[in-house]
Amino acid sequence: MSDATERYPIDTEQARVSVKKPEVRADEQGEMSDDERVALAMQHFAKDFGYTAAVHMDSCIHCGMCAEACHYYVPTEDPKYTPIWKIEVFKQAYKREAGPFAFFYKLFNLKPSVTADELREWQELLYDSCSVCGRCSMICPMGIDIASLISQARHGMFKAGLIPDELHAVAERAETEGSPLGAKPDVFEDRVEWMGDENDMEIPMDKEKADVLLTMSSIEIMKYPQSIAATAKVMEHLGLDYTFSTKGYEATNFGLLSGNIDWQRDMSMRIINAAIDIGAKYVILPECGHAYSALRWQGATMYGKPLPFKIRHISEFLAEQIEAGNLKLKQDNVAGSVTFHDPCQVVRRGGAIEAPRVVMDALGVDLKEMAPSRGFNYCCGGGGGVITIHRADDIRYKSFQVKMKQVEESGAERLVSSCSNCRQTFDDGQTHFNWDKTCESLLELVADNLVEE
Amino acid sequence: MTLLEFARGPGLQGALIIFVVGVLWRLVGILLLKHKRDYNEPRYGGLWPLWGGFKMIFTRFWPRKPFQARTAYNETLGYIFHIGLAIIVFGGGFHILFIEDLFGVSWPHLPNDVIYLAGVVTLVAMIALLIRRLTHPVLRMLSNFDDYFSWLVTILPVVTGLMAVAHFGARYETLLAIHILSFELMLVWFPFGKLMHAFLFVPSRAASGYIMTRRGAST
Repeated sequence: MSDATERYPIDTEQARVSVKKPEVRADEQGEMSDDERVALAMQHFAKDFGYTAAVHMDSCIHCGMCAEACHYYVPTEDPKYTPIWKIEVFKQAYKREAGPFAFFYKLFNLKPSVTADELREWQELLYDSCSVCGRCSMICPMGIDIASLISQARHGMFKAGLIPDELHAVAERAETEGSPLGAKPDVFEDRVEWMGDENDMEIPMDKEKADVLLTMSSIEIMKYPQSIAATAKVMEHLGLDYTFSTKGYEATNFGLLSGNIDWQRDMSMRIINAAIDIGAKYVILPECGHAYSALRWQGATMYGKPLPFKIRHISEFLAEQIEAGNLKLKQDNVAGSVTFHDPCQVVRRGGAIEAPRVVMDALGVDLKEMAPSRGFNYCCGGGGGVITIHRADDIRYKSFQVKMKQVEESGAERLVSSCSNCRQTFDDGQTHFNWDKTCESLLELVADNLVEE
Repeated sequence: MTLLEFARGPGLQGALIIFVVGVLWRLVGILLLKHKRDYNEPRYGGLWPLWGGFKMIFTRFWPRKPFQARTAYNETLGYIFHIGLAIIVFGGGFHILFIEDLFGVSWPHLPNDVIYLAGVVTLVAMIALLIRRLTHPVLRMLSNFDDYFSWLVTILPVVTGLMAVAHFGARYETLLAIHILSFELMLVWFPFGKLMHAFLFVPSRAASGYIMTRRGAST
């Protein structure tokens, strides 16, 4: 029997007869020894380790309930997808090296030291099968914020050169070119101009001073450019002094998703500096989930002091303008019933929970909520960088079925969300499953229903 | 010195010292870590985050509705054995005398039959949870020495207590001594393992409650 026969036995159980699917192979970046990788992983995991992370690392009672909240565990029931297990190696290292009883764990060797191979094995758990949606944090009886610990672990994994290649590639592009998906400043400028022409409007770019700085997600720039026009139309309707800026327009933050905190800072600082330069009072973040987490809840942390402007997610901004009586929308112009997909980072973890509902109410939408919705809504499965990782497609499609079921059971005819990453995950899932639902943009619904003066 | 004298004297003192010092060490070791200043503009500022942190200490006692069906087994048995232990420790006549000896406070006890029943129910619930831990793929994978040892040092006082009241297996004095020693073993292990959740649930829940309330996010 050859070596290959032994290593790759034929799997006759599947519809496609082939060799057995091999274990997920881990990607690596850079040249370094295993010891160096482990040391870097632990050092950068522990960097910025504060009180909250420590108390949460120390509090798990191994009840396993977090598995029941995870959209990767629920459809597969594969125990490795248990959320807290995804940081097990870092938990071990913390208890052995840094916790209050580190000497005790070391003395009795209760926690063995972590190896580079374990880190490689954990790459799939920390990146392919976690969208950092934080649903597990909602079920944990100890209130552990597992999602934040995953992000912390990613800091270590990035420096150890142990993250999925695709995610590394897009993050590197974002750092060096200004956009993960090729929306470089000149491309962006072109596309804004094109959208202006298409819509017979002049969309301001690089104004020296403006009250409002608009930003976009590269997914919108490259795939849903109508969002650019929709945002500008809303600004025109409100009569605001606004601009786009080629110095700070890309709201996605692949530094955050990949785990490179230096790049995360660079990416946030581009927008922050652009906003300060033009004297902006508001920075409007686009329909993008993690952009909101990155700038709204971590931007000032990156800046090191309070920001001299306010940050709003577009759905939040729309709701505020509706409530202030500034934004006038056509009532009952949206045909058919609608269900709303709550983007995790904006709603559950971001706090803009009622804003989209205020907007839909102003549109007179027949809203049929999913069960559960708001902070308990299931993730689309593509957040946290998961959609960029090709080898994660299988698990992502399994989790997407949970989402499709939720949408179907709502009984609504249309599906709307306020995150372009969710939207492209829905598009991809729709194609994969030949599904009849297309995810629409809340912002575009608003822009299509502005009352003309 | 008889075994019982040891258990009631130096054994108890030693165990209490390890318990108190250990618990303080672990709590202080965490609580003294830097609290990062959050410069991001809060959605709810002022005292709201503190209130949110305080609230979450209590709201997490019970799973939220969307999760109830999937966690019913764990939650039910967990509650049964925690309440059972509380009834035994704070309702049992012997235990109240023991507490009075130590701290000088006492209160009326529950009828002995209630305590025995609570003991048996607790035992059954804990065994059922152990079986689940050994058979459920998620729990089996997560479990380590701490989980099994903490289970053992928690169930031993229940078993030895029931043996002592039933005068089963040895002289009453010996059984009583073993019962007290098993409780001391639990005290000694307490600060080092997951039993610490009896204290840690407060700062752990409060930390998330604080952060998420500040954002206006879900808690």
